[in-house]
Amino acid sequence: MSIFSETLAYLNDPANYTGTDGIPYRTVEHLAISGAAVGIGCAVALPIGLWLGHTGRGGGVTVLVSNVSRAIPTLALLTIFATISAIGFGNRATIIALAIFAIPPLLTNTYVGMRDVDPEVREAARGMGFSGWGLLTRVEVPLALPLIAAGFRTAAVQVVATATLAALVGGGGLGTIINDGFGQQNRGEIFAGGILVALLALLTELSLALVQRLVTPRSGREQRSARPVEAADVPESAAVA
Amino acid sequence: MSFLAARVLEPPNPWFSWSYVRDNSDTILARLREHVTLTVLTIVIALVIAVPLAILARQVRWLSGPILGVSGVLYTVPSFALFALMAPFTGYTKSRTVLIGLVLYALLVLVRNTLVGLEGVPADVREAAQGMGYGAARMFWQVELPVALPAIMAGVRIATVSTIALVTVGVIIGHGGLGQLLVEGFNNNFFHAEIAAGAILCVALALAADGVLYALTRILSPWARERQ
Repeated sequence: MSIFSETLAYLNDPANYTGTDGIPYRTVEHLAISGAAVGIGCAVALPIGLWLGHTGRGGGVTVLVSNVSRAIPTLALLTIFATISAIGFGNRATIIALAIFAIPPLLTNTYVGMRDVDPEVREAARGMGFSGWGLLTRVEVPLALPLIAAGFRTAAVQVVATATLAALVGGGGLGTIINDGFGQQNRGEIFAGGILVALLALLTELSLALVQRLVTPRSGREQRSARPVEAADVPESAAVA
Repeated sequence: MSFLAARVLEPPNPWFSWSYVRDNSDTILARLREHVTLTVLTIVIALVIAVPLAILARQVRWLSGPILGVSGVLYTVPSFALFALMAPFTGYTKSRTVLIGLVLYALLVLVRNTLVGLEGVPADVREAAQGMGYGAARMFWQVELPVALPAIMAGVRIATVSTIALVTVGVIIGHGGLGQLLVEGFNNNFFHAEIAAGAILCVALALAADGVLYALTRILSPWARERQ
């Protein structure tokens, strides 16, 4: 049998759609793990990024955090967390490890978005009587929103991609299909798992790109597409997955 | 009684153990060697492909969209899935499966940065070289490439550090370099010393490689030092 017919046979088998090892359960589990990790990441990174950006302090710290985090393999952190019994096995360890990796892109983009706000706009808002909280919530955050959304997209795509690795250290999610396939030498299962994981990552990327577009004003969009390719545009999504 | 005995006899499981490192230095060095070999091969092969691709994308403008687009989509596919999708064709236990996957990921960063570097060559510099009678080949090797070098090397640094982290995922194929220590340690009753050795060596390797490449960039492009 060819690899493709084996894959189709796996995907057509109703048995693979039931129970806690089934494709629907694993997909929902994958999304739940990712959602929780991104949620925790946002809860930590957004307030810090907004505060640092608002006060203009800590630029060096955000750069350092994003550079150092690139050097730490996600698998290393996942493995370490999965063996610390105080955290508990399985998905809780995965969520915490992934949340840590969601922080750098969120933090950096929020900070840069806040610092990119035109000083004259800030000045004008001050002149109009905005101060502290009002300046932050009604001037700075709306202007920084496109970049914050870009950071959210990078973080979320990266987390969905990386959540796959949890399967190597006893976690759940769609990666378990690939891992089980290798364990049982089931070629169809391996390939089907690969397709499902790739599809989920691409769908996440596409839907969040749409969200990012919706929160980016038209003028900003044109400006974005008109400028030449920049090295900074390289998505970091899968870089550590 | 046996429960008590088990509690008392339960062996310690420290994160740092010199005796583990001493007794297993052969294994650790073999894993480290595989990790370094995979990384160096990945970056060299990716560079050999990326630089001509970037030149092509610059010469034939309409090609730059598809080249960057295809590599962008590839970049979104998680490495774990990519290895699973490639294994039927490149081998379920062959290190080349890991190598080809890593090259594909490194390509995007390198093509983009090379393109940015080449586009950053000032037009008057190019004109001056033309006026001095430089042909296309000499222009590339003696003018454009040196001027683009800092941008290309910045890409090499990012690609190298990312690759070192990604090699660990090759554990699914059985060729994950130091990643083997992580997962073997996990499967070996959560053997902390082995996991810590794998994790620490991975991070140290990435930092060391980044430092070496930074030094290399400074040596290769002394004129750019002030700008850096």
